[in-house]
Amino acid sequence: MGKVVLKLGRDISTDDIYPGRFMATVLPTETPLFCFFDRTEFNNKLKAKAIPPGSVIVADENFGCGSSREQAASTIRGHDLIVVARSIARIFMQNAINLGLNVIICPTIEANEGDELDFAPGKVRNKTSGREFAMVPLPPARQAIIDAGGLIPYTRRKLLALPQR
Amino acid sequence: MGMTVVEKILAKAAGVDAVNAMDVVEPRVDLAMSHENAALVVNQFKEIYQGTGREPKPWDSTRIAIIFDHRVPAEGPKTATNQKLIRGFVTLHGVGKFHDIRGDRGGICHQVLPENGYVRPGQVIVGTDSHTTSHGALGAFAFGIGATEMASVWALGVALNIEVPPTIKVVVNGEFPEYVGPKDLILHLIGRLTAQGANFRVLEFHGETIMAMSTSSRLVICNMSVEAGATSGIVPADDETERYLRTEAGVTGPIERILPDADAVYEKVVEIDVSKLAPQIACPHTVDNVKPVGEVAGKAVQQIVIGSCTNGRLDDLEIAARILKGRKVAAGTRMLVFPASGRIFTRALEAGYIQEFMKAGAVVMNPGCGPCLGVHQGALGDDEVALATTNRNFKGRMGNPKSEVYLCSPAVAAASAITGVITDPRREGR
Repeated sequence: MGKVVLKLGRDISTDDIYPGRFMATVLPTETPLFCFFDRTEFNNKLKAKAIPPGSVIVADENFGCGSSREQAASTIRGHDLIVVARSIARIFMQNAINLGLNVIICPTIEANEGDELDFAPGKVRNKTSGREFAMVPLPPARQAIIDAGGLIPYTRRKLLALPQR
Repeated sequence: MGMTVVEKILAKAAGVDAVNAMDVVEPRVDLAMSHENAALVVNQFKEIYQGTGREPKPWDSTRIAIIFDHRVPAEGPKTATNQKLIRGFVTLHGVGKFHDIRGDRGGICHQVLPENGYVRPGQVIVGTDSHTTSHGALGAFAFGIGATEMASVWALGVALNIEVPPTIKVVVNGEFPEYVGPKDLILHLIGRLTAQGANFRVLEFHGETIMAMSTSSRLVICNMSVEAGATSGIVPADDETERYLRTEAGVTGPIERILPDADAVYEKVVEIDVSKLAPQIACPHTVDNVKPVGEVAGKAVQQIVIGSCTNGRLDDLEIAARILKGRKVAAGTRMLVFPASGRIFTRALEAGYIQEFMKAGAVVMNPGCGPCLGVHQGALGDDEVALATTNRNFKGRMGNPKSEVYLCSPAVAAASAITGVITDPRREGR
């Protein structure tokens, strides 16, 4: 269960999530500082730890469009937020899965800031409005990466199955 | 069932007879490209080997390319230190396709790769840059990935769990009117498809207009395919591909041509006739907010930017120099030009284009990504408007969320530089 702490429109770009001017920062321990940096009020709340882990960002279609910069996923992951969007851009989606950021594709989601969302298998329930919305299941190949705990442990397992070079 | 070009490439790379859209494959990777974000790749790569008792060693250093382009020369100590770390990795593992900050062989990754013959038709290319789609211009299946995914490729030599993307066929016919070209075509297509219209899809380009295009022009349309969300854009290799590779990239030996089967299955077909296309412009703050230039003509512009991996090649600089020749950049407007590579810079010098820019009052910058990504060089002030030949106009793109970026062709940019307002090149061109 989580409260919606930010509601966004369509085509939220990686420049919005993690502005290009911080791209020299690569460590996942440092990237969370710049999360939605130009949305100053939200960024300040994050920095002040005023938003509890498990809180939710709700977005319209094409969330995470733009750059392949992985910081856009690691910056949200660093605050343990959940992203629920009507659709998600390809590279961002893959980065999120690789890094263990919880992203949910929910093509009809309707929720406002302050609403409480509940997550059940295959659906998102908006407890505030009392409505339920179906989520799109991940293909098994992607789910396998999540189940392994991310792409690094998943790759490590594959590597160890190969003969040593 | 027949296969598209990308399905054929993926089937071969995965060692299977046939694949169809949405199959999951693990293709071997022919080329793994990154830029300054290789610093993060190196970190993640080492992390994979933690606790395995094995030494971190890339699967094949000859297939790794690293090109410094995003922040060159370094804008601050953090970038400089990242670049230093990458140089250490390159030396340790003997990465030969390394292009440091150098006038003679540096530049933007998406130009450096093709011009050095690193890209071949039929290859699978991954890059830690979303515009890796560019390399589809040479008949390769090239797509952008994140740094952790690249670390995984460095370790294993394959791209894991790739879903074969469905393909949209784009058929382009007709002759471009004067001052209308590939940038106008791709902006028009993105406007029609929308910014997510090709998400998880491939755009496969066909038609007499595409056949007649130079590789430089094909790079423009494949580069921006990602702005419709596409995994990749691709032009099947043909005589022009072979000409470019032989005469401009110095490639010898066999060059494979992969064509789609006659009964290939496409998700849909989009047809475009460019003969009546007007110069196009993408308005703030989304790339699909596309209009004919005439609809926004007259809007004052403080910064003109010509260059980038989209439109920083010799033909782009040529048309801009031709329009600017003997004229001046308008007072109150500044013009920045950055060629896509050192090689292009040198050729532009020899052809006299650079002199025309300087005489007109433009500032010519070193090859690299320049102002495009808003990190260094050419940031905008509050409420300022930029008109750029680059590929993105998201809010904050040029370093300031209180500014606006419009996207256009080099012809529109040059014509607007003269007037200081957004201008249809058919008015100022000659």
